[in-house]
Formats: sequence, C-alpha cells, structure tokens
Amino acid sequence: MRHHLILRVVTKLLIPLIMLFALYVQFHGDFGPGGGFQAGVIFGSAFIVYALVFGLENAEKVIPSGYLMALLSAGLLLYAGVGFAAMYRGGNFLDYGVLAGDFIAGQHLGILLVELGVGITVCAAMIVIFFAFAGRGESNDDAEEDDDFPSPEVNSSSKSGEA
Amino acid sequence: MVWLGHFNYWIVIFLMMAGFYTVIARGNLIKKIVGLNIFQTSVFLLYITMGKVKGGTAPIVPEGGGEGLAYSNPIPHVLILTAIVVGVATTSLGLALIVRIREAYGTIEEDEIQEIEDKSS
Amino acid sequence: MFLVVIAIAIVRMHNLFATVMLSGIYSLLMASIFVVLDAVDVAFTEAAVGAGISTVLMLGTLSLTASREKIHVRPSIMPLIVVIATGAMLLYGTAGMPDFGDPMAPVHQHVAPRYINESPIEIGVPNMVTSVLASYRGYDTLGELAVIFTAGVGVMLLLGRRRKPKKLAGEAAAKDNKTARADDSDSKTEVST
Repeated sequence: MRHHLILRVVTKLLIPLIMLFALYVQFHGDFGPGGGFQAGVIFGSAFIVYALVFGLENAEKVIPSGYLMALLSAGLLLYAGVGFAAMYRGGNFLDYGVLAGDFIAGQHLGILLVELGVGITVCAAMIVIFFAFAGRGESNDDAEEDDDFPSPEVNSSSKSGEA
Repeated sequence: MVWLGHFNYWIVIFLMMAGFYTVIARGNLIKKIVGLNIFQTSVFLLYITMGKVKGGTAPIVPEGGGEGLAYSNPIPHVLILTAIVVGVATTSLGLALIVRIREAYGTIEEDEIQEIEDKSS
Repeated sequence: MFLVVIAIAIVRMHNLFATVMLSGIYSLLMASIFVVLDAVDVAFTEAAVGAGISTVLMLGTLSLTASREKIHVRPSIMPLIVVIATGAMLLYGTAGMPDFGDPMAPVHQHVAPRYINESPIEIGVPNMVTSVLASYRGYDTLGELAVIFTAGVGVMLLLGRRRKPKKLAGEAAAKDNKTARADDSDSKTEVST
C-alpha cells in the first residue's frame, strides 16, 4: 500500500497546479504560446491522472457522464453562438468586430469567447475518450453483453455472420 | 555543399517512408496506427521547416512593439495546429476500432483476421 | 538524427509496449525540434497531445488487447519495393523546392506579410498564431472543433460504458465485488507499468 499512498498524496498536490496551469495557458493564449487546444488537453489530463490513481469509479463520481456530454456540446455551441451573435448584430458570420463597441475590443472579446469554447470541448472530449477506454476494461471483466448501446453489437454480429 | 539546403526534405521523406512502410508491411493493427502517427508527424515537420525563415523568431510580437523584426511565418503553424488535433482524433477512433475488432475476432493480426473472414465466407 | 534512429527502431521492434513508449519519445523529440524551428505553439500542442494523450490511449488499447506482435516467418519484399520507389519519386520532386530557411520562398510572399503586418493593428493580439487561428481563419477552427466533437461522440458510441447495471440484487453484489477487484487490478497495472 505504500506505493498507493505516495501516489495519492502527490496526485492530490499536483492536480490543482495542473488545473491552474491549464487556465493560465487558456487565458494567456493571446500573449504567449497557448490557446484553447493546449489548455483543453492539459485540463483534461488533470482528470485523467485522477482517474488513473484513484480509480474510474471515483472519477465518475467527480464528473458524471451527463455533465461530460453537456460540456462536449456546450463548447461547440458557444463557438457557433458567437458566430450567430455577430450575425445578429449586423456583421457577417464570425465577424468579431461588431460584438462590442470598439472594433479592437470586439476582436478581443470574440477571440476570448471562441478560445473558451474550444478549451471546453477539447477537455470534455479527452475525458470522454479516456473514460470510454478505461470503462471497456471493466465491462470486459464482467463478460457480459453491453446493453446500453445495442446497435454496434447488432451490426458487428450481423457482419461476421454474413461475411 | 549545394544540396545541404535540402537536408530537411530528405529527413522528412525518410520519416514519411518509414511510416508508410510500417502501415503497409506490418500486420499488427496497433503497429499500423503507430506508423500512421509517424507519417503524420513527418508531414508536420515538412510544413514547419518550410515555414521557418533564417534569422526569424517565434511569431509573437514582443512588448513595446517590435518593428523590423523578422518573424517565422505563422500560417503553417495554424495549419499544423489544426492537423495535430485532427490527428489525435483519428488515432483515438482507430484505437477504439481496434478494441472492437479484438472483441469480435479475438486477434489483432491482419492475416489472422483475413483467415477468419475467408473461412466464414 | 535521433528521429531517424527511433523511427527505424519502431519499425523493427516486435514488443508492442516498447513501440508505444518509443512513439511517445518520438513525439517529445518532435516537439523539441519544433521549438528550435520557432514554432512554439505547435511544439506545445504536439508535446501535450502526442506525448500525452496518444501514448495514454495506446497504452489503454494495449491493456485491452495483445502485447506482442506476431513475427512473420516469410517477410515479403513487395512493400519495401513500393516504399523505395515512392521515396525516390519524392526525392526527385523536392529537387526544385526552395532551400531551408529561405526568406524569398513563395510561401512567405503572398498572404503571410499581410497577416504579420496587419495583425497588431487590426486585432491587437500579440500572439500572431492565435489571431490567425481564431480571427482570420476562425471558420476553419469551427470545423476543427466539430471534428473533435465527432471523435468524442464516435468513441463513446464504439466503446460505450454501462452506467447503471439493470440486474438483480445478487448479480449487482457480484458486480460490486468484481469492480472492486478490477479497481485494484487497474491500479496494480498502473503501478507495474
């Protein structure tokens, strides 16, 4: 159990730092290297390291699958929403200049919102993919059929039957 | 030497061919995905080396406004940023397919899968 | 260069675990080369994505499938011929390309000077890559976000998790014991790797 103790303590210390660094990268994407994608991946990896050390069930309690799916769509909708808001205020699609009073302030606001949307979706996608891979190992142990998503099972069995 | 200016293209072509060989010659499916990754990163290297300007610096305007500084071209960086993220999406979907193939056929070697398909057809 | 050595090692190795680790090192080397070539944003992304997420997902796939590659008894020569022929054609094609680091190359001539000169004035964001990515080429970034979304949804469909087991109480208790065992084996494999 000594390995687990050291890993758990260090992970608990590191996860807030990782999240803080991810937020720093996200919001300083304008001034240095960084931006939405990098920040999303780093933020997602904080949750992944939590799932690796503390087990998949605890990670699922921390961030349930429903919230993940909502976050996944929310980022994309935010990005498209910024585009439509620009159209609503009289400019073209994704024309950031008309979002605020000043042209440059509008660009800053637009870029900030857009990168936020990108970061949210990328983070949620990384976590979803990792949970899917890790969860498969558990359901393989149980040696039972997957009954939440029946259609892929039906397709694969029918394909190997008719091939 | 005259050809030293093309050194980056040689490295890129060698890496590209190594990835290509891994994809078509090795039977194991995970090896194929790794080879595809090598292929993709060699293409990124091609674009980035084409975007570099001799004596340039990173395309970030320093404090106080840099006049007369030579920057490396930011357009390939943007393309490659998108390409890297698309590459990880492709890799994750490919790996998920490999897991399902393993569950359906019991193996991830390409010729064994071909045998099973031929036997059941 | 080290990249070439690692690429050859990846091709030749049969132990899949070592291959995945080598690909992680390959991504890290690629990221440091990008830094040397002044592409700091790209290096950041490649290090985070290639050396991080890709390696983790491949290790996850390895834990769900085999861990050694089958050794072929009779290696075929045909792929090698195809590869060498393609490589020779590509080498012939790059003979006319501009030199490395040439400021007069065509790629630097048409749109790039406008972006570099106008971006601090029109947008006012110091990082030119972000301004091109989010503002000048914002539509492409929307498409890229859609690709990530589709990948997440696709993996969720392919490897969907069971959330609440709709089983009897006895089976539910057995499943609790089994997931506790799988939890331990999860952390055990993590420690041993």
